[in-house]
Amino acid sequence: MSEPVLDISGLRCERDDRELFAGFDLHIGPAEAVQLRGPNGAGKTTLLRCIAGMHPEYEGRIELLGAPVAGERLLFVGHRPGISGLLSAADNLRWHLDLAGWRGADSVVTAALTRVGLTGYDDVPCQQLSAGQQRRVALARLALPTAEVPLWLLDEPFTALDEAGLKLVSGLMADRLAGGGAILFTTHQPAPELPGLSTRWIGAAA
Amino acid sequence: MTAPLASEPSLWVLFRGQLRRDLKLAFGQPSELANPLAFFVVVITLFPLGVSPEPGVLSGMAPGVLWIAALLATLLGLEALFRRDRDDGTLEQMVLRAQPLYLPVVARMLAHWMVTGLPLTLLAPLLGGMLNLAPEARLPLMLGLALGTPVLVLLGGVGAALTVGLRTGGVLLALLVLPLFVPVLILGVSAAELASSGLDPAGPLLWLAAGASFAITAVPFAIAAALRIGVETG
Repeated sequence: MSEPVLDISGLRCERDDRELFAGFDLHIGPAEAVQLRGPNGAGKTTLLRCIAGMHPEYEGRIELLGAPVAGERLLFVGHRPGISGLLSAADNLRWHLDLAGWRGADSVVTAALTRVGLTGYDDVPCQQLSAGQQRRVALARLALPTAEVPLWLLDEPFTALDEAGLKLVSGLMADRLAGGGAILFTTHQPAPELPGLSTRWIGAAA
Repeated sequence: MTAPLASEPSLWVLFRGQLRRDLKLAFGQPSELANPLAFFVVVITLFPLGVSPEPGVLSGMAPGVLWIAALLATLLGLEALFRRDRDDGTLEQMVLRAQPLYLPVVARMLAHWMVTGLPLTLLAPLLGGMLNLAPEARLPLMLGLALGTPVLVLLGGVGAALTVGLRTGGVLLALLVLPLFVPVLILGVSAAELASSGLDPAGPLLWLAAGASFAITAVPFAIAAALRIGVETG
């Protein structure tokens, strides 16, 4: 059996002095995707933030490839897009490459934008794009070479996307799974068809 | 495709990328760029009108007035320093991904200084003329501002980072950082005053230089730590 990419055991998490979940275990192996489901307020986002290291109020063990979680080994796409509205799509993506200290050429930015169907929008400030297009810019990060990390954490990646966008994102996710990555994501919509996908409920129905 | 992440991430790329982004953001909003400078000019114009147009009176208080106005203008630009980045989620991406966080923080503060502290420094002698500042005090005033504004921006950055998670951080930010600005104010003003009374201003300027070197090396760590807390609370 292969070593799990993400290994969570006995996780107990609080938010604003309210216990969200306790004794939570989750193991995701390479090339596995887990869809996190649960009612609003069940703690899906908090769980993702816990894993990403942005929510310190938890007890239990969270390990990424047998080591404490490090930000450079995962990719987090949250509710907030991580995209600056005043900058163009290309500038935003270039910055995401720079953050990871990536030395490669700028051509990958154009390639990523083409991948998400935003060819020709490189130089438009993101705030002038539609909500769905902005979402696509945020998700274009998944098509950058810096996205080749062991774990993706995607919080509601399908909101504001049309049918084609949905296909596109699930295509990107399938590619990452094929590359041996693990994905943990939340969505209220029916999950796209992905190889190695399982569903995990938290909150009420657990 | 090759595995680009197998190669060591480049720290220079990280630093340069953040600097470039922040400068683009700053120049993308010319009005926000001009506001602190306009404020600086207007506040200084008020003194001859409100206190006294007498050249003797003005030249006596010129160093203090210029420094206090520079201090307040710096404060004006601070609140927005991390607020927008927090709202659009770029701050959490930076905290999460940048390794080490120190570098983009230094780049961020450098970019902010280039669009606030630097123009203030360059404008000051001009406005000094308006306040009848002694000619021999111009250079020490500029040097003082050149050394002092980085300290102001960095100390202010700690305050801005600490209050980034709060809805109404504005007044709190001012109360938090203005007391910290006091030593810089005293040293900067005394350098200009020493020079205008014909004495050597090297003492306070060297103190400011020491403060600036310390602030540039150490304070970004504090800002980075405060930003981590700010991201965790949101």
